[in-house]
Amino acid sequence: MKFARDTWLIFQRQIQLLLRNPVWVFVGVFQPVMYLLLFAPLLKPALNAPTQAAAYKIFVPGLLVLLAIFGGLFQGFGLIAELRAGVIERSRVTPISRLALLLGRSLRDVVSLLVQAVIITLLALIFDLRVFIGDLLLAYLMLALIALMTSAVSYGVALKVKSEDALAPLMNTVAQPVLLLSGILLPLTFAPGWLQGIADWNPFSWAVDGTRALFAGDLGSDKVWQGLTITAVLAALGVFWAARQFARSVR
Amino acid sequence: MIETRGLRKSFRSRAGRETKTVDAVRGVNLEVAEGEIFGFLGPNGAGKTTTLRMLATLIEPDGGDATIAGADLRKDPAEVRRRIGYVPQGGSTWDESTAREELVLHARMYGIGKADAQQRAVRALDAFQLTEYADRKCKTYSGGQRRRVEIALGIIHEPKIVFLDEPTTGLDPQSRAHMWDEIRRLRSDGMTVFITTHYLDEADALCDRIAIMDHGEVVAEGTPAELKREISGDVVLVGLDVAATPQAAQTLDGEPYVNKLETVDEGGLRLYVDEGATAIPQVLRRLDHAGLELRSIELHRPSLDDVFLTKTGRSLRES
Repeated sequence: MKFARDTWLIFQRQIQLLLRNPVWVFVGVFQPVMYLLLFAPLLKPALNAPTQAAAYKIFVPGLLVLLAIFGGLFQGFGLIAELRAGVIERSRVTPISRLALLLGRSLRDVVSLLVQAVIITLLALIFDLRVFIGDLLLAYLMLALIALMTSAVSYGVALKVKSEDALAPLMNTVAQPVLLLSGILLPLTFAPGWLQGIADWNPFSWAVDGTRALFAGDLGSDKVWQGLTITAVLAALGVFWAARQFARSVR
Repeated sequence: MIETRGLRKSFRSRAGRETKTVDAVRGVNLEVAEGEIFGFLGPNGAGKTTTLRMLATLIEPDGGDATIAGADLRKDPAEVRRRIGYVPQGGSTWDESTAREELVLHARMYGIGKADAQQRAVRALDAFQLTEYADRKCKTYSGGQRRRVEIALGIIHEPKIVFLDEPTTGLDPQSRAHMWDEIRRLRSDGMTVFITTHYLDEADALCDRIAIMDHGEVVAEGTPAELKREISGDVVLVGLDVAATPQAAQTLDGEPYVNKLETVDEGGLRLYVDEGATAIPQVLRRLDHAGLELRSIELHRPSLDDVFLTKTGRSLRES
């Protein structure tokens, strides 16, 4: 009970501060919209898709997973700023739950990602994308799990390195291969066998495949439960690891 | 209120390939009484902040133990947290939040209900004269205002003890004096206040008792007056004409309260006494009796820097 209350307390505070910064809201929506408007039109010929809507069905889920990965991985910067301002230290001397300090923040990241996802989905509807609502909600669950994991890991790493200068290259180094090997921008069906072999080891490529299957309305596909299971396990591991970092350095 | 026994902490630091162990705190024994302002005086790097952070449950000691407000630091840090407040050195407020929001949030982190937290915030804002700025963002505050918010945060849950790490560092003289008043007010509200400082005048004027720390050890402990008396007593400077000086020296030499007597070249005497305040009337009477006219009399008390110098062999101002 105390844990739920503490988590809610931190979550509320973080959301309040987030809303106070309209720049973030603008950037968070502007970038994906640019992808949607300026990059997606190239896809129909490139993917040999029969219609623009079919191209969106492949591209939009990938874009959403991309946002979940990147949105999460770079949240650690905010934590470093809070460390520097002494806000974390101040929290540490109170009896508040250590896990709540982490989860309250990660949940804010999940919520802000879902808001972005909804905006993008709505825009894509204008371009004739059609998804069954149940499938869409499952896809959002997948996105939420990815964001939970990446943001928790980012917080954990931030607590370990404690400096933006170290966090930025570290996160970029992780994010780049993850991005390239997940078939986010272009499906890996075009990839040569060795590349696909490597991509099979990238959990995010499973998440992308699962999300695409859901957008295609293929709920029964193995890719759906595989993707969900993998992201759920990884999210649990990520939170567990980050919570340990929090408990250790934020005793 | 606070009792520590052999509190120790060392850090490992890496310089190139070598790993060095730095003993930041090497066995600190302290006793702090209820309702006093206790000061930790020492140069930067003496181990003051490390000790304070151990007492505030922020870092775990390598050895020793402590009882804080009746709770055992090693066995029950969660209970210690409930009973203490802590105000870190480098600030603790978020630029984009307002003082009111910070106060309410902080109270709620202690498990205090929303309505109660809001009332406490109103009272704290009032007590620290912040009501006017309560709903402005912290980044708009002056250094002194911000420090007041931070102290208000530290005591929002009415702890028995509050730890203030260098509470006046970086403040202008006026804000500093103001801050001293605030700290005294905490004491008169019944709180025990534990501060660290590297300002001699602050330790002297503000603290009921101090511990002088150097290289991770407490080298002296007591009230500022005791510590100063302990080393050399007071010095009474007697201003006299050059002609009258030898006779005055003769008159006063051998008086029971004079430990040592020196003549000053420009005329006058320097008397080393245990307590200047009681020595002065006797000196005056004695010289008057001898028919010697004195130009001036001056009491020079040793400063805490003299204490530091005696205990560590160097001046605090230099280190």
